[in-house]
Amino acid sequence: MPCWNNDNIYKELMIQVQADLVREKSGVGASVLRKEDDRYMRGQGEFIADIKRPAMQELAFVRSPVAHAFIRGVKKPAGYEDRVFIAADLVGVSPITAISALPGFKRSSQPILATDKICHVGEPIAVCVAQTRAEAEDIAALVELDLEELPAIVDMRAALQPGSLLVHEPWGDNVFLETSVDHGFAAAASGAPIIISKHLRTARQCMSPMEGRGVVAMWEPRLEQLVLHTSTQMPHIVRSGLSECLGLPEDMVRIIAPDVGGGFGYKGILLGEEVCAGYLARHLGHPVRWIEDRREQLTGNANCREHDYELTAYADHDGMLLALDARAIVDAGAYSLYPFSACLEAAQIASILPGPYRMNGYRCITWSAATNKPGILPYRGVARAGVCYAMEVIMDAIAQETGLPPEEVRLRNLVLPSMMPFDNITNKHFDSGDYPEALRRALNAIDMPAWRARQAAATGTVKIGIGLAVFCEQGAHGTSVYAGWGIPMVPGFEQASARLTADGGLELRVGIQSHGQGLETTLAQVAHESLGLPIERIKITHGDTGLTPYSTGTWGSRCMVMAGGAVATACQDLAARIAPIGAHLLQVATDDVTVAHGYVSTGSRHVSIAEVARTWYRRPQDLPDGIAHGGLEVTAGYKAKRDSGTFSYAAHAAVVSVDTETGDIALLDYAICEDGGTLVNPMIVDGQLIGGIAQGIGTALYEAMRFDDNGQPSASTLADYTLPGATEMPRLRIEHMATPSPYTVFGQKGIGEGGAIGPPAAIANAVNDALRPLGVELSALPITPHMVMSALLRARRDTA
Amino acid sequence: MKPAPFTWSAAPTLDAACGTMRAGGRAIAGGQSLGPMLNLRIAQPDRLVSIARISALCGVSETADDVTIGACVTHAQIEDGQAPDIGQDILPRVAANIAYRAVRNRGTIGGSLCHADPAADWVTVLLALGAQALTHAPSGSRIIALDGFFTGAFRTNLTPGEVLHAIRIPRLTPDARFGYYKICRKPGEFAHAMAAVFISKNIARVVIGALGTIPLVLMGAEATPDGVEPAFRSRTTMLDEVTQHMQLTAVKRAFARAAA
Ligand SMILES: Cc1cc2nc3c(=O)[nH]c(=O)nc-3n(C[C@H](O)[C@H](O)[C@H](O)COP(=O)(O)OP(=O)(O)OC[C@H]3O[C@@H](n4cnc5c(N)ncnc54)[C@H](O)[C@@H]3O)c2cc1C
Repeated sequence: MPCWNNDNIYKELMIQVQADLVREKSGVGASVLRKEDDRYMRGQGEFIADIKRPAMQELAFVRSPVAHAFIRGVKKPAGYEDRVFIAADLVGVSPITAISALPGFKRSSQPILATDKICHVGEPIAVCVAQTRAEAEDIAALVELDLEELPAIVDMRAALQPGSLLVHEPWGDNVFLETSVDHGFAAAASGAPIIISKHLRTARQCMSPMEGRGVVAMWEPRLEQLVLHTSTQMPHIVRSGLSECLGLPEDMVRIIAPDVGGGFGYKGILLGEEVCAGYLARHLGHPVRWIEDRREQLTGNANCREHDYELTAYADHDGMLLALDARAIVDAGAYSLYPFSACLEAAQIASILPGPYRMNGYRCITWSAATNKPGILPYRGVARAGVCYAMEVIMDAIAQETGLPPEEVRLRNLVLPSMMPFDNITNKHFDSGDYPEALRRALNAIDMPAWRARQAAATGTVKIGIGLAVFCEQGAHGTSVYAGWGIPMVPGFEQASARLTADGGLELRVGIQSHGQGLETTLAQVAHESLGLPIERIKITHGDTGLTPYSTGTWGSRCMVMAGGAVATACQDLAARIAPIGAHLLQVATDDVTVAHGYVSTGSRHVSIAEVARTWYRRPQDLPDGIAHGGLEVTAGYKAKRDSGTFSYAAHAAVVSVDTETGDIALLDYAICEDGGTLVNPMIVDGQLIGGIAQGIGTALYEAMRFDDNGQPSASTLADYTLPGATEMPRLRIEHMATPSPYTVFGQKGIGEGGAIGPPAAIANAVNDALRPLGVELSALPITPHMVMSALLRARRDTA
Repeated sequence: MKPAPFTWSAAPTLDAACGTMRAGGRAIAGGQSLGPMLNLRIAQPDRLVSIARISALCGVSETADDVTIGACVTHAQIEDGQAPDIGQDILPRVAANIAYRAVRNRGTIGGSLCHADPAADWVTVLLALGAQALTHAPSGSRIIALDGFFTGAFRTNLTPGEVLHAIRIPRLTPDARFGYYKICRKPGEFAHAMAAVFISKNIARVVIGALGTIPLVLMGAEATPDGVEPAFRSRTTMLDEVTQHMQLTAVKRAFARAAA
């Protein structure tokens, strides 16, 4: 037996364990201040544009000025032949193809630089390399394009008409994918006394994180590796896609996402620009950098959210929704983007349109239409902002037809707590919760009767309206959900590595990326909950394929559930490695110790985890052979007990005023009651909600990227693409319920997107509630003053 | 985007600025309009000459009848009361509603007029107030009534090498009333409609801006609550019904404010 120094153990015994106190302050459920904010608030974050490398050169892309054209020629300016690269120069580089295994899906091939055809404005045609971005743009301005312009396919409904011009000629039509589901529709609809039809549209939007995209690519001869710093939400997915396009094995590619200034879905993509930068860094022998500017973001890169719904609802006089018939089109743009593909959005519509409501019959046909516009990505909430709007308009219409209050119609149709867990008509498995209670609390929060009284009393030009939205938000989708779609990315086990350092600190490595979600804090809280180490001694490394285990990344409100679950699992596994060492130090059997609160304990005796670490790393001579030979570093994988996703839910209540002479809309009150299960950090959850609401207000009232008949985008700066700002935010009343998910480690549910889902529905319903007495009902987003005034003037003319 | 190459120099004096501008240089004051145009390469001057620090352009003066504000006085300075007001707190209030503070800290009243954006606040307001542009060129100085200063959207009758020196604004007489209303959804957004109303014993003037072209100035009988609508409609037949309605609403509300 090795020599045993009793002093230490007695010192440990002297220490009063205060772990419970510590735990209360920083474990699961505590509003711990964000660890990462110190560097952000001091301006010490390191974003792509902060990265400098010796000899680095800048890239500027020559982008298509037209939406649809054949390329007759691209002429490099004389004297700059070695600074300008066109498709033919990228030898061995493959286009991006994001397939779906859904039957009938037509694949698009997105060239890294356009070859013979242009399919949307802003499509990269050539790339220029220079010392500075300004010089690169000077060269880009000299590149001559010989384009034979074709008529553009701009409107999705027109694109689906037989005989339409084609975006991709070999397809024979403009349909990426058509899907169709029917769950007992005809039987449920037959004989319904109330039939309501609505045609609704949502606008194309530009996701606008504060930091745009950007890449710094360099070739590391020592490691024989392409190191690509890129502003992404999914470094491991980018690595797979980039490797395929460049024909490099994955071990020769390392992707690092440094500090990332917001994502929202915009950074869940493999970009042609990344492929280009990777190729050039490898072949030019010096690092290259591309920083996306606002103009590129607004006019050339991915968009989102453009839906068209034709809905027919069948209801009875009690306000019960009996069946729903839907035809939905998504304008997916020209290319299927990697990895989510052109059809995720529409596939989501078909599966989540019924929302939190019960119904006996449902039929839905969807089309993912190709047009001469940029491709689409799933923006925060993905299709939910649109379907929630569609469904909530239907609920209000049923209220109109039956004369019941809108809240009553919803309360009658919502899934009830006694039915939980509930499999809805599209087989979504709602895990837990009390949906009607959320609505009741939101109504209470705004004081519905008081607003109804003010609404009735409002005379003059300013009208008041109240609007509601109830929805559930599937998060942390697992293998079974994505496998069916068969896109390039299917989430499996989420992994985390946990390593105890020799001085008792904890290093966690996760493959997700934190870009505003505060995961450097919340994952530390999870680890603290498991092991009790002080949160300051827990370091999270994320967003680096060289340092972290594989992950599909940050999307779909998955990280707190999946990476949180993986961290908890890794910590448990680590505890199992710590236990025998601690037991040996305490001279008891491993079965007789527990690991928690930073200590290994048996009865009233303890040894700190730090002492265990010190012993294993620095004084192995103190341990008998055969103890913990695996060391104090583990990688663990996690899947939820059921992988069909968590279902958080919320009710939103909005009060608006509408100026009937200017069309101006003001938000007078806004309440949210949300149930995200166990909240790991309630302060961060509120932050997620507030930011999401701001974006939802953008969808409801401000944001639209319009295209003219030639496919030209109408906005190229934030002066003409209007985003809501601080001055457009109402005071929010946020209430929480906390029904734990039965399937996750702490009962937590994904909540990252809910804020953005409810506002379009709640606000649109509120505006219609205000204007309905004047004979106006609006059926498109965003609701602009011009749209309101135009409808009001039409109604006045009609009644005159 | 980054601007095309240019050189930059700061002019020490008004005459130096005029000289550089005659030689093809472009004046830059606060850069809040020119800056974005450079970045988008809409403007590609070879030479920029900064006039922001020329003391002759940064001063203010007043007489019993009027107030003169140097072209390079910023919106923020006017908002903060560092320039004399013409009465009823009009100038500070207009300034405070231009964009947001960061823009106001740099943007100048003179830059706003020279840029001649049809939706700019000062363009409409100062037309209604009957202001004059004081210009300077080596060949001589001019005083131009503002409704002769603008020649079109983004166009003025400044000649090459001529600088806007200052703006002279008459003080409000006790009998005068002024009202201004702009319709926009958020600070800094291009206005959907705007109107300014000025009524005194001898003058009735209504200015309607944000029309995409130089503001419409209506006088006399056309500048009355009843006279505006037919006059406006007959002059703006190219506008859609909704825009016309919003503009007329702005006029109505400007009249209401003038009456308040
Ligand atoms: C985000 C944003 C929001 C805005 N919102 C508003 C708003 O709500 N309302 C509004 O009215 N304006 C708004 N503006 C415009 C702002 O008021 C600018 O300050 C103003 O239009 C130009 O002033 P400047 O001093 O920056 O001029 P600059 O940009 O420096 O110059 C503009 C033009 O005038 C010329 N010029 C400038 N000074 C002189 C001079 N003395 N003599 C001759 N030529 C000269 C320049 O050569 C240039 O062509 C906004 C601007 C921004 C960036």
